Amino acid sequence: MQLYEYTAHELRSLLRSGEVSAAETAEALLDRIAGTDPQLNAYITVLGDAALEQAGEADSLLKAGDGGALCGVPVGIKDNICIRGVRTTCASRMLENFSPPYDANVIELLRAQGSVFLGKCNMDEFAMGSSTETSYFGPVRNPHDLSRVPGGSSGGSAAAVAAGSAVVAIGSDTGGSIRQPASLCGVVGMKPTYGMVSRYGLVAFASSLDQIGPLARSVRDCAMVLDAIVKGDSRDTTSIMDAQDGFEARLETDMKGKRVGLPREYFAQGVDEEVRDAVLEAAKTFESMGAVCEECSLPLAEYALVAYYLVSSAEASSNLARYDGVRYGYRAHGAKDHEEMFVRSRSEGFGREVKRRIMLGAYVLSAGYYDAYYKKAQQVRTLIMRDYAALFNKYDFLLTPASPTTAWKEGARIDDPLRMYAADMCTVPVNIAGLPALVLPCGRGEGGLPIGMQIIGPARSDALVLGAGYAYEQAAGGGALRPVEVGGGQG
Amino acid sequence: MERKQIEDLAKLAKLEFTPEELDRFAGDMGDILGFVDKLGELDTKGVPPAAHVSGAVNVLREDVPRPSVPREDVLMGAPERDESGFIIPRVI
Repeated sequence: MQLYEYTAHELRSLLRSGEVSAAETAEALLDRIAGTDPQLNAYITVLGDAALEQAGEADSLLKAGDGGALCGVPVGIKDNICIRGVRTTCASRMLENFSPPYDANVIELLRAQGSVFLGKCNMDEFAMGSSTETSYFGPVRNPHDLSRVPGGSSGGSAAAVAAGSAVVAIGSDTGGSIRQPASLCGVVGMKPTYGMVSRYGLVAFASSLDQIGPLARSVRDCAMVLDAIVKGDSRDTTSIMDAQDGFEARLETDMKGKRVGLPREYFAQGVDEEVRDAVLEAAKTFESMGAVCEECSLPLAEYALVAYYLVSSAEASSNLARYDGVRYGYRAHGAKDHEEMFVRSRSEGFGREVKRRIMLGAYVLSAGYYDAYYKKAQQVRTLIMRDYAALFNKYDFLLTPASPTTAWKEGARIDDPLRMYAADMCTVPVNIAGLPALVLPCGRGEGGLPIGMQIIGPARSDALVLGAGYAYEQAAGGGALRPVEVGGGQG
Repeated sequence: MERKQIEDLAKLAKLEFTPEELDRFAGDMGDILGFVDKLGELDTKGVPPAAHVSGAVNVLREDVPRPSVPREDVLMGAPERDESGFIIPRVI
């Protein structure tokens, strides 16, 4: 077995017993990146020497019996999360040469563990996209089939974890940007409850929806990463200050008597039959463990996607107003006054999808349209939150598909925004309501392409959601996934 | 969506587009607005708008001075600067 094939929890044992060193692990991962990234393009920046230096420090910590559970574990970081002094581009020309002067909260916490940062993972520009094709640095390819997209926007993080060019990765999820690529790449991904992980140092897209979370090759690994990065932080006023960690210790396998709801709207039109069948098969696995599965209804699910695009675009247009070419980021040259500098810097620095969302956001926030669009969307948001609350009176968690289809061919949707947006129909409602949701593989469709299922729980039930995923993983005989051999073959 | 509306919006958003881009945007925005008009089907009379999900209100901190990021670190990323500030083209 190659070093890059181990999961984080397996590596933890090997590193602690001294069987392998953090330095040789980091070297193995950097070699794997060198071998796979010409095809995948999962990384925008690879941290070669810096990673080896961190690995050396991790080895000292391990020798002294110090360091956290992730000490010496190589991690990929989505390129919208700030690492001090390391280029953080958001996959945009706007930030092509931007190096932040501070670490994000998650980076501080991973440093405290002794983790090793392999590099910055490719993504859709400013996290706006569902296929990682809008990156200024070129598209990411799906390790299961290089002619297909990895999903998005954390497509680089998902592809790297699937291919073994990262052991675990950190992503961000505004409408499904961790879970949908996890599904399309056949890995495990989690969006924690809104507020569980501090957003300090995450480049803002839509602040009321953005949440940071892990991608990994097992549920246990996701729990390990969450244990490291869940911590109240006063620098993010939406942070849950009394958030409890201990997720790995609380992974339970007893599903006896658990009530599982299957909202029929998630299995309706627009969801491929092979996806539907695979998730219903997973429901049977839960039943075989003693859970009680039942069809239920989330009647407003179809409106969630609409509300999402209004709210997220409105917030994005405000958040992205800061890119003006003055303090950091791209500046157009030769402008005759400041106004021309603003306009040209933004027009040359942002890509097409980002501009489309800024324009939509400016429109729905503008006088005369605010009530009809933005306010209406926020009201629908209230209704969706109420619908979920009612469901969670009856069910411990909900089981749904993670994506209506498996990975599609590169280029197939890029010129059709509405078809692209539909890719998020299974994941978006969760962000609208701020709930925790875990995505994990539950089968393969045509061409061997991964199918993912989604477990949704009430706010702050992150431990329960992970526990249900873990129980399924054990029962389905899964456990840790093997990395995919890039360029053909199945993992 | 009318071409003129798109041009006004672009001005608000401080963006500029070529004529071809404007045509394309007008089409895209028309499609997208057709899609979002679906919300009109729902009766939301009397429903309070949700600004966010956690229910927290006015999270404040004590107003005590604390160290900020050093000026040199902040200026490091500036496209144009001198020792103490950002330089931009003339304003007046």
